[in-house]
Amino acid sequence: MTILAIVLLCVGAWIVFIFNGLVGLRNQVANAFRQIDVQLKRRHDLIPNLVESVKGEMKFEKETLERVIQARAAAVSAGQGGAPGDIMAKEGMLTQALGRLMAVSENYPNLKANEGVRTLMEELTHTENQIGFSRQFYNDVVTKFNTTQQVFPANMFAAMLGFSPAVLWELPADSPERETPKVDLAV
Amino acid sequence: MNIYEQQASNKRMTAVIVSVFVFFFLVLGLGFDYFYLNFSPAGGPQMSMNPAGYYEAQRPSGASRVPFGTIISLLVGLGIAGNSLLNGPGMVLRSTMARRAVPVSDKEKQLLNVVEEMATAAGLSVPAAYIVPDPDLNAFATGTGPSNSVIAVTEGLLDSLNREELQGVVAHEMSHIRNYDIRLMTILAGLIGAITLLSDFAGRSMRFGGRGSSYSGSSRSEGKRGGAAMLIFFVIWVVLIMLAPLLSRLLAMAVSRQREFLADASAAELTRNPLSLVAALEKIRAAVMPTVAINNGVAHMCITDPRGSLIEEKAGFAADLLATHPPMEKRILALKMMAYQAGGPQAA
Repeated sequence: MTILAIVLLCVGAWIVFIFNGLVGLRNQVANAFRQIDVQLKRRHDLIPNLVESVKGEMKFEKETLERVIQARAAAVSAGQGGAPGDIMAKEGMLTQALGRLMAVSENYPNLKANEGVRTLMEELTHTENQIGFSRQFYNDVVTKFNTTQQVFPANMFAAMLGFSPAVLWELPADSPERETPKVDLAV
Repeated sequence: MNIYEQQASNKRMTAVIVSVFVFFFLVLGLGFDYFYLNFSPAGGPQMSMNPAGYYEAQRPSGASRVPFGTIISLLVGLGIAGNSLLNGPGMVLRSTMARRAVPVSDKEKQLLNVVEEMATAAGLSVPAAYIVPDPDLNAFATGTGPSNSVIAVTEGLLDSLNREELQGVVAHEMSHIRNYDIRLMTILAGLIGAITLLSDFAGRSMRFGGRGSSYSGSSRSEGKRGGAAMLIFFVIWVVLIMLAPLLSRLLAMAVSRQREFLADASAAELTRNPLSLVAALEKIRAAVMPTVAINNGVAHMCITDPRGSLIEEKAGFAADLLATHPPMEKRILALKMMAYQAGGPQAA
């Protein structure tokens, strides 16, 4: 009788331990997902100023700049719409437009001498990295959360306690981000 | 070993080493109690007739009931470790004359951005970025925890690395922060100081003897289980306290070497690009001059030994014992292994 009570107590304590750990991880997953939004928002805020500051130097690449601005506008309106698939697609297009802008600017060595352009390039690299790393961190946390649920013996209780595996962030199969940015070298 | 196995084995190693330090403090304190203060938990109280005419339990005269030496040595260790935790990071920054990075020049803006990116990748708050005015290539992290941390790089490093390589180095330092190495290293520096202080004190007390030096044996005749065994224990203890500072320094270096491997592995995990850190390490290795602005006390916190790269090139027993960092060759090899495993055989 006493032994049974002790065993039950241990199992109970262990379930509380697992439950609390999973709650912490679930909140981390939610937070990490919001961090991606924060970085995307930051990119939207940054682009108008940056494009404005290099408009003069990059007149001959007007088309590229305009494409960036359009992609940004599309991404912002998709963000207000709130459909995750749409947001992902539009942000993908914006990433691609920015990638093209950066690739194009490599063609003009004298552009690199310009301080405004250098700042732009650094800021763009920074922003793209921030988005990439926040996604990476989200996936790391999700992996930890899912693994904690799926290992034995926690897997017998996780669903019972109301936890379900979170979804990894990945590009849709038809995402424009999957394509290599095409750069037309003919000026 | 992949990244996660390496992290696990390094953490075990650290636990072992810290418990060895606690053992050192205990041996120092207990030995002092036993040999000088005649503290002995095994020896029971003596029954003797007191003036009032009945038997009373009495301790041997001069013996203390409380292991004062042990308590004091543990307290001193704790106190000094605590103090270094409070004041250590500030002292390190002052001693290297580091200044805060400001986004006025391209390079410093880049450093600030890279630090921010790595904080995002690690999911931590952004550490303060500092710049050490020195032409050599080096970097270190200090602080007491992820929310209160500093990453410092030298001017030379900032000038000669490109963005990706800088990212690798900052990721290495960010891993030191994430793994709480900065806290461990700060405490360790304090503990070495405390061990040195205490062993010095115990060594100097030798002339005021307790058990070991007196042959009067008036009150302890019952506890004497043969003088020879006692003498051997005493000699072992004396040798141990004389070697304690040296041994603890060797231990700290062992901790540091383990942590460097772990930080390299975690840096690769953060950037998902071990080869950028390889490129950075190769550039750092090529710069053989010592980092003047960084003195030896900070050596175990840096990405590479600031005394120049001579000792890091040796891979034998002496280097295993005396270096604060693993040989550059081994570190680069380990990172290349990771790149090979991550990319699959066809990518390498």
